[in-house]
Amino acid sequence: MAEAKKVLELSDIHAGYGDTDILHGINMHVCDDEVVVVIGPNGAGKSTAVKAILGLLNIRKGDVLLNEQVITGTPPEKVINQRVSYVPQTHNVFVSLTVQENLEMGAWTVPEGMNDRIERMYEMFPDLAEKRRQAAGSLSGGQRQMVAMAKALMVDPEVLLLDEPTAGLSPLYRSVIFAAVQSIKDNGVPVLMVEQNAKQALGVADRGYVLVDGSNRHTGTGQELREDPEVARMFLGARD
Amino acid sequence: MSEWLLSDQMVGNMLYVNSLLLMGGIYALMCLGLNVQWGFTGLFNAGIAGFAAVGAYTYAILTTFASGMHIGGYELPIWVGMLAAMIASGIIALAIGAICIRLRADYLAIATIGIAEIIKLILKNETAITNGPRGVAKIPRSWEHLGDARVAEKLPWRLFGEPSAYEGFFREWYPLLFMLTVVGFVLLVYLALEIARTSPWGRVMTAIRENEAAARAAGKNVTRLRIESFVVGAVIIGLAGAFYAQQLRFIEPTNAFDPTKLTFLVWVMLIMGGSGNNRGAVLGGLMLWVIWSGTELVIRFGANVLGDVFPDLSPSVLVTKASFLRLFLIGLILQFVLQRFPKGILPEVRPAALGGKTNEVRD
Amino acid sequence: MWDAFGFEFINFYLIPGLVLGCIYALGAIGITLTFGILRFANFAHGEVMMSSAYLTYTFMALAAGLGFSVVPLVAAIPAAAVTIGIALVIDRFFYRPFRKSETIIIVMASFGMMLMVRALVPVIWGPNQITFVRGITPMKPYLDGMLLVQDKQWLIVMGTIVVMTVFSLIMNYTRIGKAMRAVSDSPDLARVTGINVETVIRATWIIGGFCAAVAGAFLAMNTQQLSATMGFRILLPKFAAAILGGIGRPVGAIVGGMVIGLAEELIAYPWQGAVMQVVWWFSEVINATGMTEWAKAVHKDVRSTPLLSPGYKAGVAFGIMVIMLIVRPAGLFKGRVF
Repeated sequence: MAEAKKVLELSDIHAGYGDTDILHGINMHVCDDEVVVVIGPNGAGKSTAVKAILGLLNIRKGDVLLNEQVITGTPPEKVINQRVSYVPQTHNVFVSLTVQENLEMGAWTVPEGMNDRIERMYEMFPDLAEKRRQAAGSLSGGQRQMVAMAKALMVDPEVLLLDEPTAGLSPLYRSVIFAAVQSIKDNGVPVLMVEQNAKQALGVADRGYVLVDGSNRHTGTGQELREDPEVARMFLGARD
Repeated sequence: MSEWLLSDQMVGNMLYVNSLLLMGGIYALMCLGLNVQWGFTGLFNAGIAGFAAVGAYTYAILTTFASGMHIGGYELPIWVGMLAAMIASGIIALAIGAICIRLRADYLAIATIGIAEIIKLILKNETAITNGPRGVAKIPRSWEHLGDARVAEKLPWRLFGEPSAYEGFFREWYPLLFMLTVVGFVLLVYLALEIARTSPWGRVMTAIRENEAAARAAGKNVTRLRIESFVVGAVIIGLAGAFYAQQLRFIEPTNAFDPTKLTFLVWVMLIMGGSGNNRGAVLGGLMLWVIWSGTELVIRFGANVLGDVFPDLSPSVLVTKASFLRLFLIGLILQFVLQRFPKGILPEVRPAALGGKTNEVRD
Repeated sequence: MWDAFGFEFINFYLIPGLVLGCIYALGAIGITLTFGILRFANFAHGEVMMSSAYLTYTFMALAAGLGFSVVPLVAAIPAAAVTIGIALVIDRFFYRPFRKSETIIIVMASFGMMLMVRALVPVIWGPNQITFVRGITPMKPYLDGMLLVQDKQWLIVMGTIVVMTVFSLIMNYTRIGKAMRAVSDSPDLARVTGINVETVIRATWIIGGFCAAVAGAFLAMNTQQLSATMGFRILLPKFAAAILGGIGRPVGAIVGGMVIGLAEELIAYPWQGAVMQVVWWFSEVINATGMTEWAKAVHKDVRSTPLLSPGYKAGVAFGIMVIMLIVRPAGLFKGRVF
């Protein structure tokens, strides 16, 4: 996309835990108006790529750029200050806090105008509005995921990182989440999403990356990847 | 030359060195026992004082002569008393282990502190058995007891002739003999534990400590092995407790087994010496005891000097305060060691772990 | 009925149990907060509580030296401030270096800290027991003589209610309180959410330290004595209370503390005697003279025998704790399980 700005970019990332590298030269980027999906088999390094952005592991070589500024190695507690918002796969809500309190915590770094933004979240996720005084831990998996995403959106992020948001959810909630992802993009927040449910994910993706064994294997628009026979063989045969 | 050697001062010094080795040896034994639990298996036993007390009291009750104040008068031979001490300590450890061994480290610490407290309460309250706070006195000390006519008249000693012939010998030489006995046991236990450490049993323990999930996956009964290690350590601590009783000759529940001194001191010894490490355990035990004892001398000396210079300062209060200050400093040293040298002076030399290292790959 | 049981039970067992429960509850709050937010068992907590008691005494003595007498509660205020300072200093120099280390190392550090504080107290205040309040506090009659309550007992219970209310307000209605609950749930999530975990930790020491300081002052008021073993003695009941209530659940700590305090006092009540008394009356009602005679005789025997000898009181907390760890390690209010 020529005019669209690259918001987030991973450039030739070699990274891993301890002495072993898991990523061997990954390249990815997200522009300011797209949903980008990262798929691949287990152990391919999808989640690791996201964790590299967050400074949760050793980046041996390569750079992470936010709006063309190098943020490689920023520690996880500072990344949010750059308004890079992350929703982990598990433990992504504060279980003993209410929905309302979770959203309030999401706004910790930008407390001004918090209540307005919370109201906007309730508009985007009406289910949450009725459960606002309920403890997040008592909600269903799908609702919890919504809380997690809404909480991450409280900082008006530059980009939203989602780690397997539909893992373990019922088909109904999967569709709800993917619809929410699109809605988030439409509201101006680009999304980078790691996913196992490749077929459905590619359905909402503007672009996608296929990672295998820590390297880029395929890339293209959502449609291109969906129609690619090799990609289909790798993943799309699996039940969705 | 021989005059100097046999002078009172020299004998006094030698007796002092002897007692250093003796108490240092007893503490070294406790460290070895703790090392089995902590160093081999990663169990945080904060109730060492309790096990030592069980060992000490068992020994005392079985071997002392009859006293109107508590059960006893069994007058069993010393080695029977010591064996019983080890068994008693082991049984308690078995009972506790069955309940608590699965607990995470700090929970186990809380539980073992609690158990030590319960043991202390029982010793205090069951006065019919233990004479409560008034303690058990005149505990027979190895070798010294042979200088006591009542013992010397019993079998099998009587077979060696008239007591009067040798009781003088024992009354003079028991300090050396006792010390050698303790040191001998330290060496024995050390060798046994070294063999255990490199044996298959020991290697499984290390594997559990490093990576429990992998050990479990390899089919090892982690719980049972942990209990075994806990019991073995407790048995050794019980033995040390019996020696402790012999050395003190009078035990009571509150001060002799004060957890602040006994439990804590043993932990500092092990950490400083090098946990996970039998050599470190012995070294830590001896070294810290020498420091502890030496500083006591310095304090006493200093308190007396100050007492002379400032007449309204009472030396005994100064000594007490200074002893606590010493405790404080030891605690401070521990913090320093934890922050700078967590592996202690002699870091662990590890035998090959079961199944080799596992690389955790997280994705 | 009242004269037979009620009077003795309420005034000499239940009320002291409530008072003790309040002290344990306040102490347990600090333990559960530290366990939940910093994720380790703080063995030094009892000693910190004890320092507050001694400091309260010192401030009272200072005031007396300057010519005016203050009640313990007033002296407790500067004592609490100093105690909080001590807690923060301890964290800064002895716990903070271990933030990223294995739990066991920091537990050992807190173990060592327990010893250091416990050793320092006799150096500063002398090795002997100190009388905090002289003499026996009078029990004043209320409700026509049915209730006998000491002034200090009112103070402790009222004071505890006030502190708990303030604590609850902070945890539920302030930003920092919510952040503390968030970190207790998941420190990693809190970090990526941007919550400043060090600030939350500092707040934890301040709030937990304040509760401990107040509890220490109350303990001194209750036992009227200060001794250097106070801290260690109270550590087990506090841990038991925190575990009973559920680690990381302040409500649990409060309930747990009350339960354990009541249990410790009530277990010394001659329950056998009370049961026998009931049997006796029942047998009179149904006119079973044989049973009456038997009950009377047994009652006479056991009327002053406590259910558990008072020497074992300290074991009650421990017993409850072990049972919880076996039966329901998450505690009553489903705290964290390890």
